[in-house]
Amino acid sequence: MPTSEIAGSHDLALRHQFVNQEQQRDASSMGMWLFLVTEVMFFGGMFTAYLIYRHANPAAFMAGSLALSVEYGAFNTVVLIGSSLTMALAVRCAQLGQRKALVGWLIGTILLGATFLGVKAVEYHEKWENHHVPGPTFNFDTAKEESTKDHPEAQASSKSVEMYFSLYFAMTGMHALHMIIGIGLMSVLTWMSWRGTFGRDYFAPIEYAGLYWHFVDLVWIYLFPLLYLIGRRHTF
Amino acid sequence: MSTAAAAPGSNYLTNGSSVSSWLLTKDHKRIALLYLLSVTFFFFIGGIFALLIRLELLTPQGDLLQADTYNKVFTMHGQVMVFFFLIPVVPAVLGNFLVPIMIGAKDLAFPRINLLSWYLYIVAGILMLWTLALGGVDTGWTFYTPLSSQFSRTNVVMAAVAVFINGFSSIFTGLNFIVTIHRMRAPGMTWNRLPLFIWAHYATSVIMVLGTPVIAITLLLVGFERMFHLGIFDPALGGDPLLFQHLFWFYSHPAVYIMILPSMGIVSELIACFSRKRIFGYSAVALSSIGIAVIGFLVWAHHMFVAGISLYAALVFSFLTYFVGVPSAIKVFNWTATMYKGAVTLTTPMIYAIGFLGLFTIGGLTGLFLAALGLDVHVTDTYFVVAHFHYVMVGGVVMAYLGGIHFWWPKITGRMYPEFWGKLSAMIGFVGFNLTFFPQFIVGYLGMPRRYWMYAPEFQVWNVLSTAGATVLAVGYLMPLVYLTWSLRYGPVVGDNPWGAVGLEWMTTSPPPTENFLEPPVVTWEAYDYEHIKEVPVAY
Ligand SMILES: [Cu+2]
Repeated sequence: MPTSEIAGSHDLALRHQFVNQEQQRDASSMGMWLFLVTEVMFFGGMFTAYLIYRHANPAAFMAGSLALSVEYGAFNTVVLIGSSLTMALAVRCAQLGQRKALVGWLIGTILLGATFLGVKAVEYHEKWENHHVPGPTFNFDTAKEESTKDHPEAQASSKSVEMYFSLYFAMTGMHALHMIIGIGLMSVLTWMSWRGTFGRDYFAPIEYAGLYWHFVDLVWIYLFPLLYLIGRRHTF
Repeated sequence: MSTAAAAPGSNYLTNGSSVSSWLLTKDHKRIALLYLLSVTFFFFIGGIFALLIRLELLTPQGDLLQADTYNKVFTMHGQVMVFFFLIPVVPAVLGNFLVPIMIGAKDLAFPRINLLSWYLYIVAGILMLWTLALGGVDTGWTFYTPLSSQFSRTNVVMAAVAVFINGFSSIFTGLNFIVTIHRMRAPGMTWNRLPLFIWAHYATSVIMVLGTPVIAITLLLVGFERMFHLGIFDPALGGDPLLFQHLFWFYSHPAVYIMILPSMGIVSELIACFSRKRIFGYSAVALSSIGIAVIGFLVWAHHMFVAGISLYAALVFSFLTYFVGVPSAIKVFNWTATMYKGAVTLTTPMIYAIGFLGLFTIGGLTGLFLAALGLDVHVTDTYFVVAHFHYVMVGGVVMAYLGGIHFWWPKITGRMYPEFWGKLSAMIGFVGFNLTFFPQFIVGYLGMPRRYWMYAPEFQVWNVLSTAGATVLAVGYLMPLVYLTWSLRYGPVVGDNPWGAVGLEWMTTSPPPTENFLEPPVVTWEAYDYEHIKEVPVAY
């Protein structure tokens, strides 16, 4: 076996509670998918709130959406999709036992993830300066705001726009937290990959980290249109 | 490595005695014992609050506690009992110990995650105790907004964080069980040969995995509202406190099935063993567990009939609530049919199981009363509701749990408890329980509201009965604590299968070796094959 020296042997990776490798693989992959199911339910609570409040107050959601920067959002969407690509390539390299390429793609994924978070931080900061962060400093008058004053369909009370931004920060905040956890995970895996822990016969952790990363990416694929694009259907 | 085979004759208890061999163990049986100790601790913490409530309600005036303190006391009673006792008690103790053994596996699929879930439970528990030390919480265990998000001046965030962390402990347990039951059954252990205890834990785990994340995000949003002014539930921003209630009960109704389903699993084992019969309608009982898990997710708004939901929604939820009674009734009928013409022996576990049958039936039937819209409006937020869910959760869960603890005690410890004291405590518990909670049905129906520290003087006689019953009940719960501890040292050593029971757990040694079986088992028989093993000697 050409990869055995970087992979660690079969026996080392088989944990005592399992009968064989196949059972161990099936069990850990099922565990990972189940974990993602819990994540779907977790975000599901916030998507439910979004659905109900948007239905109750469409104008406020349009106003809030118009005040977001589509440019930042679109850029970040591209960055995240790119990171899913680098992640997929990392999994591929792990399966092929290509250690250096694996480390490279993992670092690429981390950098793209960090770029996303950087842009998000800039966005949050701008929201803070514009008094669009919910709380005592919140101020959003749809008749005066540059982004909404020419949109008769986006006239709503300041309070109801504050609800939109509450959801915006809750949803993107929880998403960003998942990104941060993902980057932490990737950093550990990069270090382990560098040391040669993974190889052709043992790459499950990379695969599962990949599943997690794709899931977090997918959440954003929903968040982007729901938060950034809904106000713009008339302008396109 | 943990595969290091134990020395001949050693078992999971003797395989290492250092503190770290317990606190860092990945053996599901040792983790079960860690849970046993911690869950028992929280049961008595919650019990102290229960006694404070009952003492205050001895008289109509507020003499022992005033309004604010009383609010905190019933809140802490609810939160500790629900989240730190009832939810974990059966799955994390008996489930942890038995699920791998009953299916012929060496351990759960993820032993390290199993240990992690105990540590999460402990961290959450310490936070909860710390909340207590800082003065407690006064929102009720339900954390209703806007009281919890805006008006309460107590440590809501800390309590919510405790429940949040504890939720992950529960999620990991459920996830572990599902994967283990799917992937690690011994050769020949097909789905329709699984003990009903396993089916019940499987259904419970599904609820844990699907429901718990929803309460996690809900409590997080309450925390965000308190800390960062994100007003998801704030009426001033158009937020809807009803949305909180919907999300809360989406978890918290199924959560009652997290509590009761594993107990039903225990009862199936006990009744089959002590009737010496194959359980009547095995597949019906197995599938009714799944039925409960599925339909249980569709009934939550029956907690909100008076909260201002639409009448049509209320009608649908009322109908579905009746519907969820069907699988529970299927179980009760099949247990009864199993005992019919069975060779019933009234051992301690069986007395607990029969006690469960009676109390759960009353709790379940009064649940149907509450499913009726008209009657529910009349008794909402009265002691009728309190009595109903205590019949299910204390009468049901705790009776079954104690029955299970007695039944598997010789397997867990290798020693038998004193049968006389066991029977006595089961009966004292049964009498004390009914004396505590039956008067609450009456006083609730007469209109006494829950969650008040004082009440109209004409309700006093029922409250005095209830408080007297609580004292008896406390004796019924303290007795096992004493004699089970005593039996650890002085109980007679009994063989591997003192009950002559079937099931893989009885085919290994008592206590089992670290790897559960000396020879990997191969299953060639159906579950509860009591007709064919009549010759097995019975010790009691
Ligand atoms: Cu309910």
